[in-house]
Amino acid sequence: MSTNPNSSHGRLDTVTGVTTTGHEWDGIEELNNPLPRWWLWVWYACIVWSIGYWVMYPSWPLLREATPGVMGWNSRTAVTEQLDQLQALRAESTAKLANASLQQIEDTPALLTLARAQGRVAFADNCAPCHGQGGGGAVGFPNLNDDDWLWGGSLDQIYQTISYGVRSGDDKAHSGNMPAFGRDGILTRPEISAVAGYVRVLAGLDKPGPTTEKGKEVFLANCAACHGDEGKGNQELGAPNLTDGIWLYGSSKATIEYGVTNGRGNVMPAWHTRLDPTTIKVLTVYVHSLGGGR
Amino acid sequence: MTALSTNTDAKPHEDADAPRVVGPDDDIPLYESRQQIYPQSVHGRIRTIKWAVLIVALAVYYLLPFVRWDRGPDAPSQAVLIDFPARRFYFFFLEIWPQEFYYVAGLLILAALVLFLMTAVAGRVWCGYMCPQTVWTDLFMAVERMVEGDRRERMRLDAAPWSLDKVVRKTLKHSIWLLIAWWTGGAWVLYFADAPTLVKELVTFQAPMAAYIAIAVLTFTTYTLAGHMREQVCTYMCPWPRIQAALTDEYALNVTYRYDRGEPRASVKKAAAARAAGQAAGDCIDCGQCVHVCPTGVDIRKGSQLSCIQCGLCIDACNTVMDKIGRPRELITYESEANMEARIAGKPFVQRIVRARTVLYVVLIAIVCGLMLTALVGRSNEGVAAIHDRNPLFVALSDGSVRNAYTLRLSNKMLQERAFSLSIDGVPGAKLDVVGDDAGKLVIGPDQTREIRVLVTTKDKLPPSASLPLTFRIRDVATGASASVSDHFIGP
Repeated sequence: MSTNPNSSHGRLDTVTGVTTTGHEWDGIEELNNPLPRWWLWVWYACIVWSIGYWVMYPSWPLLREATPGVMGWNSRTAVTEQLDQLQALRAESTAKLANASLQQIEDTPALLTLARAQGRVAFADNCAPCHGQGGGGAVGFPNLNDDDWLWGGSLDQIYQTISYGVRSGDDKAHSGNMPAFGRDGILTRPEISAVAGYVRVLAGLDKPGPTTEKGKEVFLANCAACHGDEGKGNQELGAPNLTDGIWLYGSSKATIEYGVTNGRGNVMPAWHTRLDPTTIKVLTVYVHSLGGGR
Repeated sequence: MTALSTNTDAKPHEDADAPRVVGPDDDIPLYESRQQIYPQSVHGRIRTIKWAVLIVALAVYYLLPFVRWDRGPDAPSQAVLIDFPARRFYFFFLEIWPQEFYYVAGLLILAALVLFLMTAVAGRVWCGYMCPQTVWTDLFMAVERMVEGDRRERMRLDAAPWSLDKVVRKTLKHSIWLLIAWWTGGAWVLYFADAPTLVKELVTFQAPMAAYIAIAVLTFTTYTLAGHMREQVCTYMCPWPRIQAALTDEYALNVTYRYDRGEPRASVKKAAAARAAGQAAGDCIDCGQCVHVCPTGVDIRKGSQLSCIQCGLCIDACNTVMDKIGRPRELITYESEANMEARIAGKPFVQRIVRARTVLYVVLIAIVCGLMLTALVGRSNEGVAAIHDRNPLFVALSDGSVRNAYTLRLSNKMLQERAFSLSIDGVPGAKLDVVGDDAGKLVIGPDQTREIRVLVTTKDKLPPSASLPLTFRIRDVATGASASVSDHFIGP
């Protein structure tokens, strides 16, 4: 082996006509086809460049964070800057959405497309964790695509619900509870069983049976105040329609009995403290245009 | 130069230039500096062809952006334009949308196949005649020759100490090079915006920053690669010579030294004396002209090699010499390995252009051309794409009916506003709703797309877990031209 790293002792390989580097591994020798010297310079230049990079940008990881770099650049501020640029770029269209009424947005194809596009993103960021990516809902979290609304499905009603929430603690929030009839000792177990059976009859899921009359009595005395004499519900109070095919928690007798016994009362946050009015507007239009809007 | 041989069947001439035998104490460098190459000017048939190719290629490159093509008031009037902001590619009568990028893919596949075919027939013609690196290097060498003189003058100038004359000549040369390089970058950016407007903006310093940066980068690369790197690009940086070696075979034409005719080498006088004495004498007089004119500095007489770009200038140089000494031309010529062997063995001339690989390439080219033409002829001016809602897949409504929701994107590829009607087929009893608009009249602006949300609802009883095929069809209200897309209607 040579002591000079840039050269070596070798011999002429007779087959190829090329000299070897002098490196040999178990009889296998390395041919020396010299690399152009500028290639070496490019390599040195890359090393110099990387040192410049360490100085300019965050690079070496320390115990708590990486070295900051003299330019003060970091990915968080870069994202913030780009978001600001995006806001500036969108200023004109955002202003259009801000100035138009909800109905005007729905009636203007260009604004509707814009609102739906922005609404889809805002929905994914804020609403999807509970309501599902496309507003498909889950047990206890309403499906926003269907035509059954607890608190009303008009544009204004949806706007109201998103802004102030449900049982959120906000002064303007929707309130109204399904009491815990069983737990609080208002109804006995047989009464609950009877009323649950009656509700299933109301919904057309079961045929009338021996306890139906008893259930109807209990229903009219305890439930009709909110759900109405015919069980059609009341959107002022968020009392669901019990006669349609849509069930927030499920329609089995056991589930209904559980609800009557323990009450129901899910919470939706008030979004006016977190989102600006235009975002709530596009969310309203988006939800309304999912298909169930009235 | 490196002695890497791409063709193991080559018959290198053993001569005094062979690598010297090294002793155990010799230091052999692992890196080598570039040896300046001073190609000599040359005249002849191939040089003329190369000039013609150069002029045509550069003229197309520099002038194409200025060619106009009338598309009406709402569209750009540039024949070839890559419009990134609007995501359109205009090519004369064609307008390609991003989703039609397969045309570009097809063109690239076609280009590759044509390249393969060219290589199978006549070796590295791409490298020698058409590669931008070759064309621009040729142009830069022409400038160099104009300013500094031919090979000998340039060598003398480089060896001479600095003088006013040398400073003037070098400055002039590099200035012209930079000008050409700058113009190269300038022409490039014109393909991405309206050329006359951009030229105006460029000279008044109102063009977008990206344009100036692109020009600067291309100025730098052109100046460096064509002015300074030259054959180093082909030898060290380009992967194509390695690939091309695998694409040729013994029937491919290559620039070849007919060693059977040239050897043994001797001066004109000695060769004449030998012939008079009835002894063998080669036609090669070892004048070195073939090496002097070579832009990559190789000796073609050592056989086919990696650094040889097969530009054929040595053919012109050698023919000139053969004419002068009264020997037959084409001592260096385009010749196939097979023909060479046949000739030496005294067998008849071998020329096989039709062989498995060329036939395969031609068939593939024909297929790709056919597919592209079919796609082009059948290209419609309206389109519809559908995405079924993923969550929820279906919605049960309070009255027991079932609804599916879709996002449709309608495209109007014509340059005027059109109205379309939307209809569905496949789901019994289905009702169609377009959110916020009328399914009978959906207006789309010229050269635009529009996204709509479509609700399909049916009251009919569906089989359990139904998944019914469904077709959306859009129809131009005025002309009746239509497009359709298939999807599914999913039930509980």
